[in-house]
This record gives sequence, structure tokens and C-alpha cells, in this order.
Amino acid sequence: MARAILYDSVLCVGCRQCEETCSERWKLPYTEKIAAEEKTSAHKITAVRTHGERFSRKLCMHCIDPACASVCPVAALQKTEAGPVVYLEDRCMGCRYCMTACPFQVPTYTWSEILEPKVAKCDMCSDRLKEPTRCSEICPTEATITGDRDELIAKARERMKESPDSYYPAIYGIEEVGGTSVLILSAVPFDQIGFSKSIPKENLPQTTWAALQHIPNIVVSGSVLMGGIYWLNNRKEEVARAEGEGREGVK
Amino acid sequence: MKLTMPKITFWRVVFAVIMMSGLAATYIRVTQGLAGSSNLSDEFPWGIWIGFDILCGVGLAAGGFTLAAIVHIFNLREYKPVVRPAILTAFLGYSLVVVALMFDLGRPWRIWHPLIMWNPRSVMFEVGWCVTLYTTVLFLEFFPLVLERFKLTKAHKILKGVMPLIIIAGVILSTLHQSSLGSLYLIMKGKLHPLWYSPLMPLLFYISAIAVGLGMTIFESWHSSKAFGRQLEWPLIQKLSRMLAVVLSLYVVMRLFDVTQRHAWVYLEQPGWESKLFMLEMALFIVPALLLYREKTRQNPTGLYITVVMFLLGFVTNRLNISLTGMEASSGVTYIPKWTEVAVTFSIIAGGFAIFRLAAKNLPVFEAAEHEVPAAANGSRGELASVNATGD
Ligand code: SF4
Ligand code: SF4
Repeated sequence: MARAILYDSVLCVGCRQCEETCSERWKLPYTEKIAAEEKTSAHKITAVRTHGERFSRKLCMHCIDPACASVCPVAALQKTEAGPVVYLEDRCMGCRYCMTACPFQVPTYTWSEILEPKVAKCDMCSDRLKEPTRCSEICPTEATITGDRDELIAKARERMKESPDSYYPAIYGIEEVGGTSVLILSAVPFDQIGFSKSIPKENLPQTTWAALQHIPNIVVSGSVLMGGIYWLNNRKEEVARAEGEGREGVK
Repeated sequence: MKLTMPKITFWRVVFAVIMMSGLAATYIRVTQGLAGSSNLSDEFPWGIWIGFDILCGVGLAAGGFTLAAIVHIFNLREYKPVVRPAILTAFLGYSLVVVALMFDLGRPWRIWHPLIMWNPRSVMFEVGWCVTLYTTVLFLEFFPLVLERFKLTKAHKILKGVMPLIIIAGVILSTLHQSSLGSLYLIMKGKLHPLWYSPLMPLLFYISAIAVGLGMTIFESWHSSKAFGRQLEWPLIQKLSRMLAVVLSLYVVMRLFDVTQRHAWVYLEQPGWESKLFMLEMALFIVPALLLYREKTRQNPTGLYITVVMFLLGFVTNRLNISLTGMEASSGVTYIPKWTEVAVTFSIIAGGFAIFRLAAKNLPVFEAAEHEVPAAANGSRGELASVNATGD
């Protein structure tokens, strides 16, 4: 059973308790000023955003095949069996390719840190896999719940069926980048509450792999080709020398 | 002589100013981190240190493998006089890329991590390995010059013996990482603007790298002939410019084909910087490509120089468009580099120029002839001049 989160923005009342408990878990300060910041950053791992009278939470989507983990040259980001995409600070060298590659603009960086800057992002409370995530636990309206992905999809469909008028008829995260472990429900089209519409439906690491998989081919056939051309050309010289034509004589 | 004196002083002053600002910027980078020394943000994590110093830097150093392949693998010995400066530039280029990385990486002292912490699915991992290995290869390709300078004949001989293998390895490694710099952006599907995003990016990066390798060689020959009062290897340069015309045309055709096939021309009608900078980039490729076919351009050193510079600017525009222009819309912010970022970049370029001059003066970079014939250097120059006189 791989952990997943369902965030139902229709039920969200914008109380920001998820923000607060999340900051606590990361030992980050949570002041009124920070509460008012409507974007994630290295000091605010999840953020509740206001769109008119609606709310939407931003957090790492925990993609099933995450772009961030696939691009990291040192495997500092990894998708775990249990579901969360985790960050291993000890490996990270701070190239920030993960940030550039993430389709949801999730990973953030502690830019002003001088000696030990690091990537910061939600890890789906991978430190306590038996209990639900802290944000799910504290959420008073069941807008955020933790569970198995398939069960959560079933649950989301149920909610949509029960009150079809309240929901936009799609689940964000089923198809996006080939599937994510965070699923989102909304009353309106997703781009109206801050979720990009231009997210590809395909598995992103695959786009890279399409090119990378040719490397062994290039190395082997390239070496043979280059070696062959070199050998052929050198033969010519040997022959020329043997025949005493003095090709080198041009020098 | 009197006329050139103030000019030299002027450039020295410029150099000093650039280096001082670079030093100041370095101080800020060290004491205030990336936040104080750059305008990078969570929305825009890669700036000109990646877009220019790395993407353009590695590309502009492509002359090393292009000419090594031409001379040593395809055995076109006539190009020998330009191969050493090309390899020197490449070695310098790659070393400077590493310097730039030291500024850009959050924890530069972990630059070696990819060597022991593997992720073979990552393009960056592959680029890291290739660049490390290729810099070693370049060092080995360049090392005979040092041995020659200090008359270590035996070591020189041994190194020469394995040189073919080293050269082949260099060409393969370059093929891999030059194209992989394009592959870096394959995963930005939906983020990189459709005028630039293409599954063909690896191929386009590779072909434009070959073109820029030829272009940089012409550019350097022109400059070193000015700076060191040498004869321009003119017949060679003219032939190289023909090669450049062909490779460049191939690139342009592929690029036009690519945009057409992806039905991306419609994006030109959208307002914004993207379409304008795309047009500029294309013009800076197409105009030089066409000009290079004119015999008149190729025969006139200044004309040829300007054409090549145009193309080099086109190349830089392309890489900056991919890394900056094309990434801006999806990021939701506007990125303008901070002065510190610019200062570091300029210092790296200026430093490169200075080291090249120093090396060119003190190492037998331009003595292209085999050292068994020490007098050939002068001879070949005379010969080239005479070929020049009789025409192409
Ligand atoms: S949303 Fe971004 S950071 Fe989170 S798993 Fe996916 S790619 Fe990684
Ligand atoms: S910044 Fe760190 S975690 Fe992100 S890709 Fe680079 S090394 Fe990996």
C-alpha cells in the first residue's frame, strides 16, 4: 500500500492549520507574516492560496515517476516504495536541476544559507508512515486525507457522485505526468485555483530516457567508426610511405 | 607602434576593471551565498551562470574535438596549424566551465559527488562524467606541448603512441555531452517555450556545437594573427569557412524543419519577447549561413570575421533563449541577472582570454609543424603565404 494524499479544495475552509503543523514538523517559524505568504518557499513547505472565496493547497505532488528524482545527478531525491518522494541532503550538491525540472515548481532552495544550502520540499511525512500525514491529521474538514492511492481515487469519485454540482468532473493527479500520489479535487477548472493546465500527461523521465538510452550505441558504434576511419587513413599513409611517394614530403 | 600603445593600455584597464568587479562579486558569493550574489529564485533557479557560462562555454570549446577529429581521425593533415590552438582553447574552456560551476553550485565542494553517487537516469550525471573525462582527455591532448617545451622527449613519445586512442575517446565523449546539454531540457516539456522545446534538441545541440567549433577556430585564428602579428592561416581558414557553411546550413534546415513539423510557427504571432528573440536568433544563423556561400565574403578577412562573429552571437542567443527566454513564461517571474552574476561571467571570459595569451606566448602552441623539423615553422608560413598569393 503506497501512501497518497487527497486534497479536496471544495471542502477546504482555508484555516491554514495544515501550514502550521507542517512548519512545526520542519522546525520552521510560523508567524502571521509567514501565514500571509501565499506561496511555498524553503520556510513554508505547504501553502494555502486564496482564489476569491476558494482555497487551494500547494504541496509536492509526489509524482509516481518524479522528474526531480530522475534528473538529480546524485540521486538525492528518491521515490520510495511507501509513496513519498524523499530528499537526502547529504548527497545534494545544489545544482538545482530538480527545481528546473519539476513540472509543478515544487522544490525550493534555502538561497540565503551560505555553508549548507539545501533543497526544501514536502516529504509526505515519510518519518511516520504508520500514521496519516500531519496535515491530514489536523485538517478539521477532511479536505486533506491520507490513504492508499486507489482507495483515495474511489473515495474522490464517490464524493463527486454524491454532489456532482459541487465538483468539477476530474481528478487532478490521475493523468498528470503519468500520475501523482497527491490527488486534487476542485469546484472549478484546476487552472482557476492555481494548478497549471499545461502539465503534460506523459511520464516525463521518459522524454529524457528516449535520448539517454542511445548512449551505449553511440559509444560502441562511434568508437568502431572512428577507429575504422583512423585505421583506413593511416593505412593510406603506410602504403604511401612504402611506395616512397612521400606524402609527408608536402610538409 | 605608437598608435597601438594606447589601445593596449585601454584593454588593460578594461581587463583590470572586469577582474576587480569579478573579485568583488566572488567576495559577495562567498560571504552572502547565492541569495546575495544572484537574482536566482525558487521560480527561476538557473540563470546566466548555467545559460551562458555552462551551455555556451562548453559549446564554444567544441573546437577541440572538431579539429582533433578532422586532423587526427580524418587525417586532413593540412589543418594541423589550427589544431593546437583549438585544443588549448577547449582545455581552457572546460576548466573555466568548472570554475563557473563553483559559483553556481550551492555546495561546490561536493562537485565530485556524481563520481561516486550514481543516477544513470540523469542527464546531468552523464554530463558530469563526460565533462570530467573529457577535460582529462584535453589535458592529455595538450600535455605534449608542455613536454615539448621542457624537452622531455621520451615521455612525449609514449604519449604520442597512445594519442589515437585518446583522440577517439575525446570525440566520443564530446559527442555525448554536447548533445546531452540539449537533452538536459527534454524533461522541461510544458515548461520550455514551444519555439525551442523539441525532441530534436540533443541533435540540434550537437550539430550547432560542431559548427561553433569551426567558427571559434576561425575567430581565434583571426585574433591570434592580430595579437601575435602572425600570418593568418588563410587558405586553411577559407576551407574551414566552407565547412562551416555546410554544417551551418544543415543546422538551419533541421531547425526550420523541426519548427514546421511541430507546428510551432503559430507561436510567432503571440506577443512577447519570445517571438522577437526567436527571430533574432534565426537571423543570426541564417544570414551568416548565406553569407558564407558568397565567395566575396570568404575572401575578405574582415568580412569573414564579421560573418563568423554574427554566427557566434547567434549561437549564444540560441543557448540563452533556451535557458532564459524560453523558461520565463512558465516560471511566472522575470529574471534579470544581478551585477554580480554578470561580473563573474565577464571575469571568466576575460580570464580565459588572458590565460590563452599567456599560454600562446610561452608554449609552442602555434608551432604547428612536427618538432623533428624545427625550422618548418617559418617555412610553412612562407608556404602558406605563397599559397595565399596564388589564390584558393
Ligand atoms: S511534484 Fe515536483 S518535487 Fe514533487 S515529486 Fe513531482 S517532480 Fe518531484
Ligand atoms: S539540487 Fe540537489 S537534489 Fe536537486 S537535482 Fe541538484 S543535487 Fe539533486
